[in-house]
Amino acid sequence: MKYHSISFGTRMAISRKGLLLKLLGLLSLFLIFVIGGSFIGEEQIEANMSQKNLGPSIRHLFGTDWLGRDMFFRTLSGLHLSFRVGLFSAAISTLIALILSLLSSYNKYFDAMVTILIDLLLSIPHLVTLILIAFVLGGGVKGVVVGIALTHWPSLTRVLRAELMQMKTAEYVQISKKLGKSRIWMVRNHFLPQILPQLLVGFILLFPHAILHESAITFLGFGLSPEQPAIGIILAESMKYLTAGMWWLVLFPGLSLILMVAMFEAMGNNFRKMFNPQ
Amino acid sequence: MNIVYKFRDETNEEIEKIKSNFLLEVNHLSLTIERVGKGSDVEHLHVIRDFHLNIHQGEVVAIVGASGSGKSLLADAILGIHPKNSLIEGNIKYENQPLTEKRKKRLRGNDILLIPQMTNALDPLMKAGKQVESFIKQKNKQKIVKDIFQKVGLDPAVYHQIPSTLSGGMIRRIFIAMALASKVKLIIADEPTNGLDAEALDELLFQLKMLANDNRGIVMITHDLEAAMKIADKIAVFYAGETVEIADRKNVRKAGKFRHPYSRALWNALPQNGFVPIECSQPSPAEEIIGCSFASYCPEATKRCGTEKPELREVENGEMVRCFYA
Amino acid sequence: MLAFHIGKFILKRTLKFVTLLFAVVVLTFMLVSLSPVDPIQSYLGAEMMVVSEEQKEEIAEYYGVNQPKLQQFFKWLKMFLQGDLGTSLVYRQDVLSIIQEKFVASFALMALSWSMAGILGYALGVIAGMNKGTFADRAIKLYCFVLASTPTFWIAILLLIVFSLWLGLFPIGLGTPIGVVSEQVTWLDRLKHILLPAATLSVIGVSNITLHTRQKVIDVLDSEFIRFARAKGEEGFTLFKRHVFRNTLFPAISVHFASFGELFGGAILAEQVFSYPGLGLAIVQAGLNSDVPLMMGIVVFSTFFVFIGNLLADVLYTMIDLRMKNGEAI
Ligand SMILES: Nc1ncnc2c1ncn2[C@@H]1O[C@H](COP(=O)(O)OP(=O)(O)O)[C@@H](O)[C@H]1O
Ligand code: SF4
Ligand SMILES: [Mg+2]
Repeated sequence: MKYHSISFGTRMAISRKGLLLKLLGLLSLFLIFVIGGSFIGEEQIEANMSQKNLGPSIRHLFGTDWLGRDMFFRTLSGLHLSFRVGLFSAAISTLIALILSLLSSYNKYFDAMVTILIDLLLSIPHLVTLILIAFVLGGGVKGVVVGIALTHWPSLTRVLRAELMQMKTAEYVQISKKLGKSRIWMVRNHFLPQILPQLLVGFILLFPHAILHESAITFLGFGLSPEQPAIGIILAESMKYLTAGMWWLVLFPGLSLILMVAMFEAMGNNFRKMFNPQ
Repeated sequence: MNIVYKFRDETNEEIEKIKSNFLLEVNHLSLTIERVGKGSDVEHLHVIRDFHLNIHQGEVVAIVGASGSGKSLLADAILGIHPKNSLIEGNIKYENQPLTEKRKKRLRGNDILLIPQMTNALDPLMKAGKQVESFIKQKNKQKIVKDIFQKVGLDPAVYHQIPSTLSGGMIRRIFIAMALASKVKLIIADEPTNGLDAEALDELLFQLKMLANDNRGIVMITHDLEAAMKIADKIAVFYAGETVEIADRKNVRKAGKFRHPYSRALWNALPQNGFVPIECSQPSPAEEIIGCSFASYCPEATKRCGTEKPELREVENGEMVRCFYA
Repeated sequence: MLAFHIGKFILKRTLKFVTLLFAVVVLTFMLVSLSPVDPIQSYLGAEMMVVSEEQKEEIAEYYGVNQPKLQQFFKWLKMFLQGDLGTSLVYRQDVLSIIQEKFVASFALMALSWSMAGILGYALGVIAGMNKGTFADRAIKLYCFVLASTPTFWIAILLLIVFSLWLGLFPIGLGTPIGVVSEQVTWLDRLKHILLPAATLSVIGVSNITLHTRQKVIDVLDSEFIRFARAKGEEGFTLFKRHVFRNTLFPAISVHFASFGELFGGAILAEQVFSYPGLGLAIVQAGLNSDVPLMMGIVVFSTFFVFIGNLLADVLYTMIDLRMKNGEAI
């Protein structure tokens, strides 16, 4: 008699290699969005009245809008813009998280302060804070980037803080302390190298949120100006043409945005799995 | 053995027939766990390699082995609740019928009951009494459960308590109450005496013995040879995933020793037998074993032991040993 | 005894909240006073040209524009504590009464979607967790993953296209039909207007609760008491009914309560797409038209709303914890 349980002799073995393959695939997708978007010049998204309101076709994959602009290229440059906004605000947010978590590991007063800051930020709905900040800064890219940067650091800060707290009690750190190494030395030689993977993963995982919030705030009319082909703006504008039956104005830009956001999410998750399996 | 006494008037052949009429019979059982090791390699852990056991109704058989040697997994394997990433090979028969996974599913809780090793095995949010009740089919469940609680030395008020308010000893009694409430024929008790003081331990062993006298088969899994010696009819010694010896308790008492060198080491480690510390550990389950599993530690090992695997052989009257020289 | 502990707990949390709220108020006020918005101009809007200098002075006096910031703040705070949140510039109405009115609409929307998302999410989470690794689990996980990457407003637009434009089942916008006196609005009308935005929020809201429930179910299934229950022959639905349900429901509800912030954010977007006249639409109007009093009012209110959610989540946890400690079954 021989009883196989369900998962004996399964994919487990290939999962590690699969992870790498997946990451590679995601990376190439990433290149299409980022590099592809930056090659799009004005001429590809120029208004062309002879090509107005066309549905998707081979010539215009995503169709054209009411000014005859090609939606595929508009979408690509929109994604590129979203990426740049995401990159910028995620970077600042990560930096804030790093500084605050280092501060909170310094002593318990700083820690209490950081905790209060986190509580404060989490006590208002994200989108409300974003609207408030965008409003205060008078909208525009600045408002969006600052808003997102200022609202997205708490979760990463918590992760890093927990990591640092644990590290502080580690033996080698205690030894360095006894040896009289300076705080800065320990941060540079012990803390930073150790939390680098977490930092990278946290940074990548900030993207999806940043991009989603950028599109939301832009959609509501607080973000980028109407000339800029951000996905949020494309979608907000296309609302006006829904009754004309131009569904493609909504469908493809939205799907592309989801693809990009999901890509970052998957990339972050895969990186995390790679750094700490199980 | 109980059975032999019971059927004193039967003819010899009939005794033989009844004796071979096992409640549970396990032959060449192995359990391998598959897991991802370092890198992307798959590692196979041979937790159980070659296990044998048989038990009659009304009998208590103890499986004695070191902690972490895979005894709990053995219970899981027999019940069919082993981990998903594991593979079982071998023969298990229950009432002379092959115990397939499907049949295990049907018999769990109805014919075969596990008394779990861990005291956190009760649902933390459910009243203790309610958890025993599920074994009872008749009406008036609460009263029956409370009566059983009294029988095992529990206050009937325990019925309404949840596990976090109960001590380990009380929870072990609740397990016994479950066995009493149920109609199962085979009970697999996994370390039923863990963490009990001497008095509570004796009482629990008595309860187990009473269950056996009720004509149920009891497989008692334990690392405590002393406890096993108190109630078991037969003792199966477990080492490196193998049954290395099956001994009749009375004969061990009479002879004052076991046959297999590992069992003897266990025996000699008991306080009353000289307290000789055991100087052997288990071979790693990831290892392939050539020859006798005990060869690296055995004081009597010869060249042959390192190259040839000894099979479990019958010595006399159902007693078995896995050693060339015993 | 239990009531006493819970009461103490709520009191403690409320005190903490009051300090937090104070911080929010100070911060918001600071932010708003940093903004380049000219309150007089935003108050007057198009009338700026026709109003005389004296009148402008009067308005400035009323808003205390020329006073030092600190003084302005205390004046505002005093009014705030008296329940006077000022007058909305957009709606030309008392902010508090606007919030009250809009919240009723938003509350209906959020309550409906929150309950639907909760029930659906819990069910999906249980199905996924109980069948970990199977096709159903993968499909549900994929759904949650994709939904977590999907903008709320995009789902809203899609639903609008499909159900309102193509199928014609629902009106295109507004909480109530245009030109109908509110007494004449039937329940059916209301339901028609609320269903699509509520569906949007539910579809999105399911993701979080499903993933949480799934993980909790997996953790519970991994526990010793489930192993024992399996050894007792419990399987499938019986196992769920007897042990998994009890041990996962309250954590799930608790997590769901803690999601009020996301819910509010989602409502802002859904209300925008469907022109549903709730708080979300109001804050966007306030932001776009520099309506500072209304903006501040809604910020404070949304903080309060999130607090209530978190409080309920924690009370639930504490209650269960205390019951457990008292040895009471649930
Ligand atoms: N699900 C599992 N996956 C991997 N290893 C396991 C699993 N369950 C148990 N083991 C390992 O198998 C060995 C035997 O465990 P166990 O049966 O609990 O031993 P015992 O009951 O004899 O103390 C242990 O080393 C344990 O780590
Ligand atoms: S077979 Fe050899 S090594 Fe094994 S127990 Fe017997 S004597 Fe020792
Ligand atoms: Mg064990």
